[in-house]
This record gives sequence, C-alpha cells and structure tokens, in this order.
Amino acid sequence: MLHGICKHNNKNFLLVDIPGTYSLMSNSQEEEIARNYICFGNPDTTVIILDATCIEKNLNLVFQTLEITNKVVVCVNLLDEAKKKNIEVNLKKLSELLGVPVVGTIARKPKTLKNLLDTIYNVCCDKIVCSPKKIKYYPIIEDCILMLSSDVQKILPVSKQYLTRWICLKLIDRDDSIIDSIENAFGIKLLTDEVLLKLDEIKKLLEKNDITKNNLKDKIVSSIVFTAEDICNEVVSYKRSGYHNRDRKIDKILTSKKFGIPIMILFLGVIFWITITGANYPSQVLSDFFGYIQEKLLYFFSYIHAPDWVSGILIEGMYQTVTWVISVMLPPMAIFFPLFTILEDLGYLPRIAFNLDNYFKKACTTGKQALTMCMGFGCNAAGVVGCRIINSPRERLIAILTNSFVPCNGRFPFLITIASIFIGSIATGIGASILSTICVLFVILLGIYLTLLISKILSKTILKGVPSSFILELPPYRKPQIGKVIVRSLFDRTLYVLGRAISVAAPVGIIIWLFANINIGNLSILSYIANFLDPFAKLMGLDGYILTAFILGLPANEIVLPIILMSYMAKGSLVNLEDTYMIGNILVQNGWTILTAINVMLFTLLHFPCSTTLLTIKKETGSWKWMFISFLLPTVCGIVLCMCTTFLYNLIV
Amino acid sequence: MSKIHLTDLPMNKAGKVISLNCSGPIRRRLLDLGIVNKTKIMPVLKSPSGDPTAFLVRGSIIALRKEDASLIDVEI
Repeated sequence: MLHGICKHNNKNFLLVDIPGTYSLMSNSQEEEIARNYICFGNPDTTVIILDATCIEKNLNLVFQTLEITNKVVVCVNLLDEAKKKNIEVNLKKLSELLGVPVVGTIARKPKTLKNLLDTIYNVCCDKIVCSPKKIKYYPIIEDCILMLSSDVQKILPVSKQYLTRWICLKLIDRDDSIIDSIENAFGIKLLTDEVLLKLDEIKKLLEKNDITKNNLKDKIVSSIVFTAEDICNEVVSYKRSGYHNRDRKIDKILTSKKFGIPIMILFLGVIFWITITGANYPSQVLSDFFGYIQEKLLYFFSYIHAPDWVSGILIEGMYQTVTWVISVMLPPMAIFFPLFTILEDLGYLPRIAFNLDNYFKKACTTGKQALTMCMGFGCNAAGVVGCRIINSPRERLIAILTNSFVPCNGRFPFLITIASIFIGSIATGIGASILSTICVLFVILLGIYLTLLISKILSKTILKGVPSSFILELPPYRKPQIGKVIVRSLFDRTLYVLGRAISVAAPVGIIIWLFANINIGNLSILSYIANFLDPFAKLMGLDGYILTAFILGLPANEIVLPIILMSYMAKGSLVNLEDTYMIGNILVQNGWTILTAINVMLFTLLHFPCSTTLLTIKKETGSWKWMFISFLLPTVCGIVLCMCTTFLYNLIV
Repeated sequence: MSKIHLTDLPMNKAGKVISLNCSGPIRRRLLDLGIVNKTKIMPVLKSPSGDPTAFLVRGSIIALRKEDASLIDVEI
C-alpha cells in the first residue's frame, strides 16, 4: 500500500492509500485488503473520496464503510469536472444524510485541500463526532439482526461494540471468510453454541419468508443501492440532462468498428514517432557532454599519474557504461513515459481493454489483461503487480506469465536505437523516423499477438479453463494535468528506473572492463565467455557478445546495449565515440547485418524478464515454479523465433 | 411490457432490470455496480468486434460480455 506523511496543525499525519474499490464485500483480493485495513488496522479516520460526477455509484462504498467504522470523512472530489458537466452536489445535505462530515475538493487546486485536512484533524481528535447513519434493511432482516445483537455484544471487546450490527449481518449471511478474519483479529470466538443456535432459528425464520442464502445478499445490496439512489436524488441536481454526451461522442469514434483499432495503433505510433524524433538531439548533446568530461577525466588521471588499470576500471569501465546508459536511454524514456502517462490520465486505457476484449476472450482470458499489458509498456514489474485487478486466479496467472511479452520502457530505447540505425537508415529525412516507427510498431504488435497466442496455449494446456466474466467500467474522460504528469513521470518513473539502471550499470561496467582486460593465455575472459556462447548465438543470428550482454543485463534491460558497445570497444576496435550515430559504425564493424538487427530486436522483445520483474512474479504468485515458467516462456519463444529468421535469411541470401 | 435478455435490448433503448440469472462472484459484482431489480439500463456502445457491449447504468458506463449480459433479464 502506498503511504505518505503530511504535517497539519503541528500534528503528523500518516496517510495510507488503500486499493481503489467499488465495494468492501471482498470480491477480490484488493477489496479484502481494503476492508481488513479499515476494520482491523485501527485507522484514526477513514477518508472516502467520491467522484462528484458519479456520486450514486460511490455511495455504495460509503455505506459499506460506515458499517465498519465510525470515524469517516467523505471527500467529494472533482467538483470542477462536475461543474463542467452541470452537476451540482449539495454537500451540506449529503453530510446531514450520511451523519459524517463531507468536504468538497478540487484535488488539482491544493488550496481546496486545506479544508479537508482541517476536517480530518478535527475528526481525529474528536472535535467533530460522527454519527454515521446506518442502512435500514428489510424489516425481516432487521429483526434477525436484533435477535443476534445481544449475543454478539457479549462476545465483542468493549472498544469494538460499534461493529455489532455489521458482524450480525455477516453472521446471518454466513460469510465465513469475514467471520474467520474477525475472530483472528480480535482473538474471539463468534460461532459459539448460543450463536449457532440463534443462527439456526434465524435461518428457519428467513426461509419462511422466502429468503435463502441465494437472495439474501441481493436484499442486503438492494437496500444499500436504493438508499444511495434516494440520497442521490436529494443532493445531486443535473442542470441539464444528457451530461455525458461529449464522452459518448468521443467513445463512438474511439471504439467504432472501422476506426477503433486503427486509431489505437495510430496513437501508439504517434507516441513512438515523437519519442524517436525527439530523443535524437538530447541524446547527442548528452553524449557530447559526457565525452567532453571523459577527456578531462582522462587528462586528470594522467596528470596525477594514476596507474592505467585505475583509469581503465573507473573511466573506460564504470564511467563510460554509466554515461552510455544515461545518454542512450534517458531521452527516449523521458519522452515516452510522460506521453504514455497522458494517455493513461485521459482514461484511454480502459477503452483499449474494451476494444481488445474480444481477442482476449478468444484466447480464453479476460479483457482486463489488456490493461495489465498496457501497464507492462511502462514497466513489466508494475504490470505484474497490476494483475491484481484480475479476479479469476487462472486468468491472473496467465496475465502475469505473459506480461513481459510487451517491451517495457527499459527495452524501448534499445528497440528504437536499433530500428533507427538499421531500418530507418534505409530512408532519409522524415521517412527515416517514420520507417523506424513502423518497425518498432511492428515489433510491438508482434508482442501483442504473441501475448494472445501464448495466453491461448496456456489456457488450453497447463492453465485450462473457460473465460470468466468480464465487467469493466469505462470512466469519464479527464483532462490530464500536463504539468503534473511531466513531473510525476519524470521523477517517479523515469529517474527511478534510470537510478536502478545506473546502480546496476556501474558494477557491471567494472566487471566488463575486467573481463575484457584480464587475459588467460592469449584471450581475455570476455572473449572466452563470448566464444563459448558464440556457436549457439550464431544459430540465433546473434553473436557471443550480444548474448553475454543479455545475460549480464538481467538486473536491468537498459544496460544491454551499453554492454554490447563496451564489449566491442574493449575488444580492441578503438573507436572514438563522438555521437550516437557512431553506434551504428561500431555495430557494423563488428559484423552486424540487417539480420543481426532484426534478431536483436526480436530477442529484446522476447527474452527473460529482468530480475526485478522475476522477483515480483515470485512474490505475486508465491511460487518459484511460476517464476521459472515466466523466465522460460519468452526466452524459448525468442530463441525459436530468432533461429527461424536466421534459417529463412540464410535460405534467401 | 415484455421480458427479454439484456443482449436483445436494442442500442440506446432503456430497459428495466427484472432478474439476474447468475450466482457467485459475478452476481456480487453486478450488485456492487448497482445493477439490482428495477434498475434502468441502456446499451450505448459496442466494441469494434461487436462484443462486449457497454451499458449506461446509474450514470456510469459498464462493459459486459455477451455471455454475462445474457444472464440479465430486462423489461421494456
């Protein structure tokens, strides 16, 4: 769970973000976590954030929360969006009807948040006392609650008496998982003989009234839904009906039969094209800058008469690898991440899931996998964690195992660089960048295709099953906060990922330099390793150095290309790297052909996930077996595919 | 008043839910979204391949696959 700290009125507040949910009836892992945290985590106050544009749906969650805690602040956010849609919310009335404080905010305007903090502060120190209104259930259910409550009151600790009503309800519903967690959390025994006796009585009484296990939950939920509807009618007013006309018009185009999928590919293409064209110049500036510093550093080292091996390890090994990672990888990342985040903030990703769901259904999985796949574009580890949104365990596992079939942000720059050098160079001018874009797009579509294919194969073999239900909400479109997106994606994502890459690149740079410069007999260690891998690599249309780089790049994919370059340079071909275009020269000098480029791109798409992702998979699935399978699946695919292209290429050429 | 499956409801025509013919997690999910008896529901969007369909329910847009939507009976 994410958390943050803030200071208000000289008190420190620890804010814990619990997973976004619709309900606390624990239909999914996330909902269970949320419920347990509110119920057993002893929060001082629970803040529920409602979307002012759809209060009614959110009230469901409010009422369920009011059942399990007394101290609640309801925050109605996005008042500006609501205003735009001519929706008015009577906050005072809402507060009266709910019995808890209600605060209106516009999160993008920080000054509206002060009131929220004040209210939280007041509720925490009991300056505002909440008396949450409880849902009135059907009379017969209320009778049953009454029958049980005295027994439950006796069992519950004094400090938890306020949970009586809720626990009675859960007992009547015989929700065993919740009963278990309550018993464990409070160290009590709920299902005593007395209670069991009463429950039998209640069961008979309910059956007499045609209420069975099956429709009991319906009755409970309907009461909540209808109460929400009534409250909504009282506090929300629409000045003009048909307020989501604009969204529907956009949706009609973005999900239309003719344009839905082409527009999706176009969006992706435009993002790549901007990344490719935009990254070139800063890359070169950075590389010039680092080259200049390197010269000065070398000069300095010779001035202080440092031994050759010292400057070798530090400059040619560490410094060079690290600066390579920065100059080659940073610009594309810094452009791609914000662009992708904007698409995310707009609310476009659920539309992608909507458009692609049918393909995923044919692969016997859920359309939500399209969402986790999209998260994978940013970072596969994040994508794997994101798979928690998938309810069916089987489909969740498939989504986890196939997540690394789409290239993450650490692999994009590599794909883009290789595509620009070997494919883009066929054309000139703007054609070059368009050609590179098409090439990268093709690789990604291949990744998506393989995701579907492998999902289908998994569904038919080791993870047999039929597709489960698919319920997805298409949220309203939002105007992204461009400034915030840039800052957030730059600091939270780009710099984080880059930091990780650098911390790996530095030691690996040293190792590579040592491997390349320590000789056993006539050959360096690096050559031994590369020569050992070479025969196999040749079958895949690669060479030993490339394969070595992929293996050393296990901790972070960002460093694969720098390692390849380092190895080639350390091998003795003395090239002075003045700009990024020289990368192509080094590669060509070391025997790269168009086939090598294609296979490197394929293998970049299809090889073992980075160690962070692997560990995340282990954590999320709780098993080494699935981690191992997630390692093998893409790797085997990659090896087979590369061998096929090599075979075909050799046939033709 | 006639009873039909939600899948047979024409686009942009509202119906009223009369029964949910399913149980377990999917029923709970539908209830959580406020799809209970007497709820107004209207198909508003179709995905490029014709399935799933998105419905307007209580102010939000919810996409359902054909298999799941056919479990909901509505009257028009």
